[in-house]
Amino acid sequence: MDQAIEIKKLRKEYRGFALDNVTFDVPQGFIMGLIGPNGAGKTTIIKLVMNLIRRDGGEVRVFGLDNLRCEPEVKSRVGFVYDIPRFPEDLRLRTIASAISAFYDKWNDNRFRDLLDDFRLAPSQVFKKLSHGMKMKFSLAVALAHDADLILMDEPTAGLDPVFRFELLTKLRALIQDERKTVLFSSHITSDLERVADFITFIHKGRIIFSAAKDEILETWGVVRTAADGLRPQDVPGARGSRRTEHSLEVLTSDLAAAKGRLGDRTVCDKASLEDIMFFISKGNAHA
Amino acid sequence: MRIIISNSSPDPIYEQVARQVKAQIISGELREGEALPSIRRLAQDLQISVITTKRAYEELEKEGFIDTVEGKGSFVAMQNKELLREKKMKLVEEKMAEAVDEARLLGITRAELDEMLALLYGEKS
Repeated sequence: MDQAIEIKKLRKEYRGFALDNVTFDVPQGFIMGLIGPNGAGKTTIIKLVMNLIRRDGGEVRVFGLDNLRCEPEVKSRVGFVYDIPRFPEDLRLRTIASAISAFYDKWNDNRFRDLLDDFRLAPSQVFKKLSHGMKMKFSLAVALAHDADLILMDEPTAGLDPVFRFELLTKLRALIQDERKTVLFSSHITSDLERVADFITFIHKGRIIFSAAKDEILETWGVVRTAADGLRPQDVPGARGSRRTEHSLEVLTSDLAAAKGRLGDRTVCDKASLEDIMFFISKGNAHA
Repeated sequence: MRIIISNSSPDPIYEQVARQVKAQIISGELREGEALPSIRRLAQDLQISVITTKRAYEELEKEGFIDTVEGKGSFVAMQNKELLREKKMKLVEEKMAEAVDEARLLGITRAELDEMLALLYGEKS
């Protein structure tokens, strides 16, 4: 499998936060979701890929090219969508587009107009009059109009209603009909990723917890539930986190089959959702 | 091709896809040599991951139900003997299930049924 992005031992330190030797690949032709609670390091990773902030160590390759040494070429092939789209507020969409188009060899004006049509935006609209969802769509239209091979988005669905989100996700699915195209987007709305992502990378406190195919994660991780007495979290094979209430104990496991085999007769063993995984690892008592 | 995915089913999605395609091949709804939608197209239609669809197709290929030709796509395989046998077995199973249901209604015991089967099987062979 060719990789759209290869990240090796990436480091970045802030006061009270460190991205700690982050290593993972984004395979070309797929959608990868970057999940994790707020402050986990999702935005930092995306900004480092785009070279918007200075890294303290490690290496990033985009389509095999070093993202610092080949920055112009990398950027011409990437469509970047910010969490809060930033464009000149008082300009019309067509004016913004014609200014941006000068920066890209592959800008396709017909395609851009089709996309605006699709998103029910008019070229004559003024940017600041758009709702947040419409700004997001405009931003995506710009990214798609220059035929980017990699779409990078930071929390694109945050603050959007379900209909907008669905529309956006459908667009991403349509995009990867072309197997040279790749999408990496961060989100804390795990249901969006469960619907659309091929791969999931989970980051917590600046470290990668896992980076794997979504199906594989959803088939192997589980939650074991039992009445409070008689079972300790460490008795559950593959325990990764737990939560105890007055009446019950819930344990997150990364090995549902083994847990079922050993404890299936006296506990309830369910598959874990991405939300379960995120919750137990970030909020419950995490186990190594 | 008609495929319906249940999100509440305990079966993995790739298995649901593979099972339904298989059923349609066995029933003859999908014919020998017929082209299946591309992996990416089907994934988009069903709103599921490309990897899920790929895995379903791989499963079908492994079991000999479909052939994949690089650059051309996937097709319903020329039906081999095992496949036909499986098809026929299913038919026999259905008829036997019918007979069992009828027997239960009439209060015929398992032993009596076994005897009947032994007799019939012995006579015909």
